[in-house]
Amino acid sequence: MPLLSVRNLRVAFGAKEAVRELSFDVPAGATMALVGESGSGKSATALSILRLIEREGGRIAGGTITLHEDEGPIDITALDERQLRGLRGNRISMIFQEPMTSLNPVLTVGNQVAEVFVRHRGMGRSEALAAARDALDSVRIPEPKRRLAQYPHELSGGLRQRVTIAMALACRPRLLIADEPTTALDVTTQAEILNLIRELQDEIGMAVLFITHDMGVVAEIADRIVVLREGRKVEEGPVGEVFGAPKHAYSQQLMAATPKLGFGSPNPPPAGAKLLDVRGLTTRFMVRGGFLEGHRSIDAVRNVSLSIGRAETLGIVGESGCGKSTLARSILRLVEPASGSILLEGQEVMRANRPDLRAMRRHAQMIFQDPYASLNPRLPVHELVTEPARIHGIVSARDQRDLAAELVRSVGLDEDAVDLYPHQFSGGQRQRLCIARALSVKPKLIVADEPVSALDVSIARQVTDLMLALQEREGISFLFISHDIAVIERVSHRIAVMHGGEIVETGPSQAVLRYPRHAYTCRLLASVPHPDPARSRSLREPLPVVSVPQAGAGARLREAAPGHFVRENAA
Amino acid sequence: MLRHIARTLVKMIVTLFVIVTLVFFTTRLSGDPIDYVVGQGITQEDRELLTRYYGLDASVWVQYLRFLGSFVDGQFGLSFVERRPVADIVAERIWPSLQLLLAGISLTIVTAVPLGILAAIHRNSWIGSAVMSIAFVGYAIPNFVLAVFMVLVFAFTLNWLPVVGNGTPWHFIMPTIALSGALIAALTRFTRNAMLDVLSQDYMRTARAKGLPESVVILKHGFSNASITILSVLGLQIAGLAAAGNVVVEAIFAWPGIGDLLVNAAILRDFPVLQFAVLVVAFAVIIVNGAIDIAYAFADPRIRLGRA
Repeated sequence: MPLLSVRNLRVAFGAKEAVRELSFDVPAGATMALVGESGSGKSATALSILRLIEREGGRIAGGTITLHEDEGPIDITALDERQLRGLRGNRISMIFQEPMTSLNPVLTVGNQVAEVFVRHRGMGRSEALAAARDALDSVRIPEPKRRLAQYPHELSGGLRQRVTIAMALACRPRLLIADEPTTALDVTTQAEILNLIRELQDEIGMAVLFITHDMGVVAEIADRIVVLREGRKVEEGPVGEVFGAPKHAYSQQLMAATPKLGFGSPNPPPAGAKLLDVRGLTTRFMVRGGFLEGHRSIDAVRNVSLSIGRAETLGIVGESGCGKSTLARSILRLVEPASGSILLEGQEVMRANRPDLRAMRRHAQMIFQDPYASLNPRLPVHELVTEPARIHGIVSARDQRDLAAELVRSVGLDEDAVDLYPHQFSGGQRQRLCIARALSVKPKLIVADEPVSALDVSIARQVTDLMLALQEREGISFLFISHDIAVIERVSHRIAVMHGGEIVETGPSQAVLRYPRHAYTCRLLASVPHPDPARSRSLREPLPVVSVPQAGAGARLREAAPGHFVRENAA
Repeated sequence: MLRHIARTLVKMIVTLFVIVTLVFFTTRLSGDPIDYVVGQGITQEDRELLTRYYGLDASVWVQYLRFLGSFVDGQFGLSFVERRPVADIVAERIWPSLQLLLAGISLTIVTAVPLGILAAIHRNSWIGSAVMSIAFVGYAIPNFVLAVFMVLVFAFTLNWLPVVGNGTPWHFIMPTIALSGALIAALTRFTRNAMLDVLSQDYMRTARAKGLPESVVILKHGFSNASITILSVLGLQIAGLAAAGNVVVEAIFAWPGIGDLLVNAAILRDFPVLQFAVLVVAFAVIIVNGAIDIAYAFADPRIRLGRA
């Protein structure tokens, strides 16, 4: 008998149905993955199982959710608030996507973990704190006793997610619902958390309902998989079968769109002159010290050198805080570098005064991560996408509409789009508009900072395809920044790996990915989940520990193979 | 944390100095106090003698320096009117004012905070709209209108409550309500907004997913966060209450406090009393703000432990 049976579940937000006639089972002790893109209803389903959906403005419009306990089945949809409280955090627990916001900032970690024991185990305060200490210990948090008195903001993202897991598993639940628990984490942290969940699952013998959009993560962790689309189940089966031979067209599409490491990079462009040549770039931030301490400085980018040829894409990959976004902004002098040289088309950007800088920016445009925040909601598309051209005096007011129509066509949107406003577009379409806007001044270089990270995989695939097509057609060079190595591989001729503000390894994409030389690159590659269940089933070896490079510690790159450079003190 | 307290203290001292200076020069703008101190028909010699006696013959700058000097030796001079040490006159007024202020603040907190939380939880039902409507009306009524209205109804017509003085607990009822009415309304609205903000946070969902009862979710997880923003506003509002609210209310109810003293000293151009009383009020406001600032830091571990 399955542990949890969902039958004909319907969930609605107002008049809008988010989940329609969904049925699936979660076998005891197994891991079930609910997979889908945004709007698929996967989170609504998860919240319905704990009956938290009502709090989010939704309601269960029909169907049953049955938990098969030893004492007999319980229909969760029929429970009252009191009975639900006995269930939540006790028999069924949940962890959420954002470890940064899902812990209470003003309560200590110990307090937040202990209250589960107080609530469900009837413990006194000191007993509960001792239990909390053990709970933190069981999720491999170092120095658990000290953590009890700490506040969430004192912990890293990975540690915070461990705290939420400790809280969820405190009462050894029968079922853990994990709603995109690793999406907000770096790939190496993700690998650690996935390992942890797997180990604890074996220890406790609980079932896991894993909600994600990431096929790589699914392959890594799930036994069975349900593919959702617009609130309906399109396919269900053992993970090997669904990955090996997806039956439904949408599943096939989803698999195809998932970026896979090792699927090749674009062919290198014909050798030509360098478009961008950066030497020894350092960007320093002053960090306010306190009352008497004065200021300290931190090098967000340290002694970085790179170059990009015409029609070439350089992919920069690294984890959060490695300085990759600061590097992008420094190159366009959106933040002021402390030292170094930036040659764009042979002109020194570092020495440019304001008017020169403005003229140079015509050749180098930028695309940002969040397509919702980077488009002014009050401007119609024809003004939005032609704004840079108007600023640079390239287009007359009369020709503006024609240019806008041409631009939206070139990014694969309908010409009618020129009269609409940003809110009338989806995320992917908005990112197309951002690209169209960058194209309006016919730039030679586009700096794209995580341009597809906020998009669903199938949409992200379309956007990167568009960028590749534009490169082929117009000969544009890209500096493409991402935390996702698979995406970087797909678009980049050459790759630079950043760690602690420095480039630790750079070279032709395939050379770096197939024959990584630096320990950090190896660690990064080992952490990437592969959307191939057969390959990722076996438990991995522990990841190598790599220390952050220190200033001045042999900050030189050695040429390991033609064009393939590795930071000198590589392990 | 210590650094935060030290910085707060420095700010307080600078503010105090600025206020001392402002008070000194603005009081000089109101005219010659000798006109009020003595009656008509005084001889020119006597007038000059008095002017010298009170030190008013010196230039404004010398007077200012002497005034600053009084902070060092603690001699704030004599009242022009009562011819008693200013410090004594003001000192006996502090306690009644403080009593009224504390009563007002207490009433505000015990009514506004629960009402605000209630309005936030029931934002979509009639309870929420009722609370907010009452708060809106309360905010619109000036304290002197509210005071006079209460006096008419409860003192003159119904004869339930005393009007003048501070003799019994009954005397506190109307002045306290008049003093805190607008603040209750403002703080209710503010508490509601702060709670609404907090209610939609991810950690509230986490708390519910742990199986905590709703009361714990709202009070422990929700209010502990909302209280940070509420505290900051409360500090500013109390300052306004101490500075302006009690002047009006004390005058209406003849409450023997600082506000009442201020009004009379201003009318009589009793500079030493006026200056000192204003300084006491300013000092109180600064102390309260500083205390709130430090309390604020205590409520928020991100400030308490430095570097968020």
